[in-house]
Amino acid sequence: MSGHVSQTAAPSHSDHSASPWGGGTSPYKVSYGKMMMWFFLISDAFTFSGLLTAYGFMRHKYEDIWPTAGDVFTHFPFYDGHIELAYVALMTFILIASSVTMVLAVEAGHRMKKKSVQFWMVLTILGGAIFVGSQAWEWYHFIHGTEHGAYLLEDGVTVMRHKIDPQTHVLEEGTFLVPENREGSLTEFSGFKEVSGNEAAVMKSTATHIHGANLSHNEYGIPLFADFFFFITGFHGFHVFSGVCINFIIFLMVVEGKFEKTGHYEMVEKSGLYWHFVDLVWVFVFTFFYLL
Amino acid sequence: MDARDDIYEYSLDTHHSEEAGKKMRKKFMMVLALLSAVTIIEVGMGMIWSRDESMKDILKYTFIILTLVKAGYITMIFMHLGDEKKSFQWTVLAPYFVLIGYLIFICLVEATYAGGTRPGIENYFGF
Repeated sequence: MSGHVSQTAAPSHSDHSASPWGGGTSPYKVSYGKMMMWFFLISDAFTFSGLLTAYGFMRHKYEDIWPTAGDVFTHFPFYDGHIELAYVALMTFILIASSVTMVLAVEAGHRMKKKSVQFWMVLTILGGAIFVGSQAWEWYHFIHGTEHGAYLLEDGVTVMRHKIDPQTHVLEEGTFLVPENREGSLTEFSGFKEVSGNEAAVMKSTATHIHGANLSHNEYGIPLFADFFFFITGFHGFHVFSGVCINFIIFLMVVEGKFEKTGHYEMVEKSGLYWHFVDLVWVFVFTFFYLL
Repeated sequence: MDARDDIYEYSLDTHHSEEAGKKMRKKFMMVLALLSAVTIIEVGMGMIWSRDESMKDILKYTFIILTLVKAGYITMIFMHLGDEKKSFQWTVLAPYFVLIGYLIFICLVEATYAGGTRPGIENYFGF
């Protein structure tokens, strides 16, 4: 109970100490702002869970033809070859590191070290900005796709892809993969079948050559993969962006010396909660979208 | 702005000493090392086994467990939920666990049947 307790509130607190729920006290020992931030984060966590569960639903339904993220996200800046998921792993590390710098800012605030709070907040804002930039870079590559592209068949949904060796990333000329329907079913699939020669030529004649992904078609396979990718990483990216903005505003308040005047840095703690939450969500997005 | 007397500015730990800070910083660095190590292990496992059909289930559950471990450290240490009162911890976590547990259960079950019966479902129930 050290620190800044509002002077008028302190006596009534001790009056009611026998019954914490009797009113006039704070039974959770948490300030109003911090508690409301937590409640907001729970509601936000529900939103993200809803999105990820919807993703899980569709992925489970189309399990047999769902693209492997390792085949899609293989780019790395300033490197021509393919390294699976290396860049996403780096992004994850950057976000975790910026979470640590944020918690260090909060810790410095507890010791009322203004300079230190400023320093760590600048690093946090930088980390967040780098992460948003990296996500933009990922989107760019996903939207533009590969050089060889794929063929969107007549139905406007199914994609005929080049067969590519997953280990060497070498393209097998003239051989393609198309989703194979389960016997007697149009909506159930049992993996991919190889198509080549004349059969492939016939399918190609009515198909459109496409590159990359957008909301209606996806070079790497089922369009739902792209839809969920854009929606979930986009929604998360928007959270990161707003987190950077909020942190920047709080940073300006720190520089102004506002919290030196109020006597505590709890505002940094509150924006810190939001920032850690963004990191927390990314941990789940990383696992369910990229790793699995 | 005048202080309002109907709002309580109670927090368990708005301030702490230099020594306490030193200990906390050490703890944060340990957590950073742990989270990074787990991420590297996950990506490494993915690179080695992601196309091995026999490892699919093991990988899936390992990843989910490791993710929950990471999430636990982030909420408990970085977000300081571990330092809050027990009652507050449960106020935050209990509704989440109950509702999301139900949502995940119902979605995974329904996804098995969505868009018509899966061929072979009759064998699934043994009749």
